[in-house]
Amino acid sequence: MNIYSRTIKEINKMLINREIGAVELTRYFLDNIKRKNKEINCYITVCEDKALRKAEEAQKLIDSGENISPLCGIPYAVKDNFCTENIRTTCASKMLENFIPPYSATIVNKLEEKGAVILGKLNMDEFGMGCSSENSFFGPVYNPWNQEYVAGGSSGGSAAALAADLAGFTLASDTGGSIRQPAAFCGVVGLKPTYGLVSRHGLIAFASSLDQAGPMTRDVTDCAIVLNEIAGYDPMDSVSVRKGFENYLDGIDRGVDGIKIGMPEEFFNTDFAPEIKEAIFKAAEELCQHGARSYEVSLPSVKHTVPCYYIISSAEASSNLARYDGIRFGYRNPDARNLDELYKFSRSEGFGKEVKRRIILGTFALSSGHNDKLYSKALKVRRLISDEFKNILEKVDCLVAPVYPTTAFKAGGDNCKDPLKMYLSDIYTAAVNLAGLPALTVPLGLDSKGLPIGMQIIGKAFCEKLLFQVGHAIEKIAGRIIPGVKS
Amino acid sequence: MPYEIVIGLEIHAELNTKSKIFCGCKNEFGGEPNSNCCPVCLGMPGTLPVLNKEAVIYAIKAGLAMNCRISEVSKMDRKNYFYPDMPKAYQVSQYDIPLCYDGYVEIEADGQTKNIGIERIHLEEDAGKLMHDPNGQGTLIDYNRAGVPLIEIVTRPDIRSPKEARVLFENIKSILEYTGVCDCQMQEGSLRADVNLSVRPTGQETLGTRTEMKNLNSFRAVERACEAEAKRQIELLEKGLKVVQETRRWDDSKQESYPMREKEESLDYRFFPEPDLVPIVVDKTLIKNIKASIPELPGARKKRYINELEIPAYDANIITSDMKIADFFEEATKVCSNYKLVSNWLLTDLLRLVKEKGQDVMQKLTAQKFGELMVYYDKGEISQASAKKVLDIVSETGEEPGSLIERLELKVQRDENLVESIVKKVVQDNPKAVSDYKSGKTKAFGFLMGRVMAQLKGNGDPEQIKRLLTRELKSLME
Ligand SMILES: [Zn+2]
Repeated sequence: MNIYSRTIKEINKMLINREIGAVELTRYFLDNIKRKNKEINCYITVCEDKALRKAEEAQKLIDSGENISPLCGIPYAVKDNFCTENIRTTCASKMLENFIPPYSATIVNKLEEKGAVILGKLNMDEFGMGCSSENSFFGPVYNPWNQEYVAGGSSGGSAAALAADLAGFTLASDTGGSIRQPAAFCGVVGLKPTYGLVSRHGLIAFASSLDQAGPMTRDVTDCAIVLNEIAGYDPMDSVSVRKGFENYLDGIDRGVDGIKIGMPEEFFNTDFAPEIKEAIFKAAEELCQHGARSYEVSLPSVKHTVPCYYIISSAEASSNLARYDGIRFGYRNPDARNLDELYKFSRSEGFGKEVKRRIILGTFALSSGHNDKLYSKALKVRRLISDEFKNILEKVDCLVAPVYPTTAFKAGGDNCKDPLKMYLSDIYTAAVNLAGLPALTVPLGLDSKGLPIGMQIIGKAFCEKLLFQVGHAIEKIAGRIIPGVKS
Repeated sequence: MPYEIVIGLEIHAELNTKSKIFCGCKNEFGGEPNSNCCPVCLGMPGTLPVLNKEAVIYAIKAGLAMNCRISEVSKMDRKNYFYPDMPKAYQVSQYDIPLCYDGYVEIEADGQTKNIGIERIHLEEDAGKLMHDPNGQGTLIDYNRAGVPLIEIVTRPDIRSPKEARVLFENIKSILEYTGVCDCQMQEGSLRADVNLSVRPTGQETLGTRTEMKNLNSFRAVERACEAEAKRQIELLEKGLKVVQETRRWDDSKQESYPMREKEESLDYRFFPEPDLVPIVVDKTLIKNIKASIPELPGARKKRYINELEIPAYDANIITSDMKIADFFEEATKVCSNYKLVSNWLLTDLLRLVKEKGQDVMQKLTAQKFGELMVYYDKGEISQASAKKVLDIVSETGEEPGSLIERLELKVQRDENLVESIVKKVVQDNPKAVSDYKSGKTKAFGFLMGRVMAQLKGNGDPEQIKRLLTRELKSLME
């Protein structure tokens, strides 16, 4: 039976119809991991025993004939910055190489309750800092479409695992584009939900006011299915929002008739790959043929996104990562002779280069004498950006935008050697985090190099439904792309 | 040259909440090291704080009791610094928008009453404790205290003498105790003060350079540290030297302060808003409810005792300085309305017993029984000596004073016929004393009275005996 790259919806149907068993399905993914992970390097930890045990439990639930969750028996994997009880959680850092949390993230617990089957923990840029998943203590992640290329980052493992068919769906986190960009690079669907919609409890913080957990899936419907299961208020996360349950599948195939789509000129006037621009314009045009209307809109302040984002995220990171001091958990230098040395040696050796760069940047931005010009100013700019998005989104229903200036770039190239160039590329994604809005990446086919092109749809706060509706329409137009399968 | 001393206090008080400020761990002193911690208060990766509403309420209560205004919207901030007792390497505190601000506390010192301004009261978390490993050379850390809710009360530099500093600290302690905000166990560190002090030539407007002394945990230490530091600064100025702005450590046993290492004071805390928490919004109803829950405070009580109960100011001050004593007094006066009597006995005999036998005495005795005993004494039904005896026994056994008086037959015997017959008998049985009296030896009267009192087992009424004995002797002389 061919289960290659099947969606959750399809697998769920097969499980219910007894076309496949949950254990057999889990074995399929575990075998795939064994075969392909060496090349892709998307898994840091595989928990085979637990997965098989969970699969057996799921099969019992399925056999009971009761009304099961659509995720029951579906094998999934988690970005390695979500805590998983008794499963090593590393953040792809030497600092947490051997950290085994005694608790799970709220959304991992939620999936566990639904009978989803955890396969393991996914590679990423260390602590979520990077855009290629090459900043990992466990080595870079490679793009399943072409292994000379990166998978994107920071959630490169989450995107690559899906594209390579090493998981049914994955969990990831997005601080400045970390879900949307790798999803675009690997040709999968990725949602960065509204800030506060999905619990952050158990998500190891990079920048608390920007971090948001979200799903990566093979198609838009799957994305809505997973969001249905992980969204919602969590008393453990004070910034999570009290909101009643909303079925994100409702109206997903309603089409785009009458939908007003904004195209921010500040995004489209920038310098980015013509093939991506062409693909987005084509998609917008086709949406209009299906009844949508597109408008050129302006977001003047987004040009300040990159400095604003890097100051705020690094400032928060410098504080969030201060707890890794070699004292209670994580890497501890054995040769330190006093407290100062313990801090200095443990942190110098435990953190990678990019993480240290951000800590220094953030510490500087918050320090007295610089705070006014950097951190405090960045907060003001953030408010401006946020207000502009809010105002525009009262006039149009959603915005479409590129995700990244290019499709996946070559692994080991100079993208990582020039941090400034790397940072500047976050222009399209990071503004959305600053504004706390939801955004969905959907694939738009392949470029001339055979690499996926992605586009993001940005919506009003808590209007994920509309994103799915538009995303679903695009999917129908552009079609799914699967490595090794001609679309 | 005469100098003026300028002092401000920063007082840290641990809040008496059931649980810690950001997690469900119990807020309890002591216990096995690290037995009262969880991933949240240990700052484990991925954990998030959830603000304890009770801590906010207690902080507001303290603010209202110190006449503060309450911020309708305030926020928590992160104070970043590395130290092993700080699990997250930042302390969640309040930086620019404290929960309470702009209040005052009244003090009375050196015969004058004045208000000391309270600049702000903010909410924050406590840190763990470092201790030396008794078995090795290393340092151990106990995180049981990490995450205990604290308030920091910052006064304005309105204090002008070491005595005033001490009285203010005492008054704030009483207020915190009365409101139940803090248990004020100073030896456990739940209440401690930092002192900011400077001196300037009397009449000078601008403030002198100040120094700070940290973690003083007794009233005496505050007063002494202020005295010593003022003296040190004045001596420097007299010599034409300058006071250096620095943090000093006060050693109460040596009565000296030392500058702390420069490193500990040159920290840049890099404050910024705590992104893991939402702003604290306090509505008017909540403030109203908290206000209603504040009991009569020591200052007001003291005034009432002086003005309405006519208790001497000195006594009223002692009674109200400790809420347990004040409540005991209040309860006892519900039973015995001779306030002065109750206050006298409370301050002399009861406090003596407490000193000798500890606080348990008050629980055994109870204000109710103490009041009953005072009623017996006030009505003259028992002698002073008997009252003391009863007090001693009841405070040991908790027996009812009434039944004890019955059992030990301590009631004053006033039966006129009985006393008269005893007087007659004593006069008959002691002819020598009677003749001595007749010959003018007045001492003999006392002897006879003593005989009568002895016959009554000490429970006679001296006035009555005196009257009847005088009459009897007079009748013999006629
Ligand atoms: Zn705790």
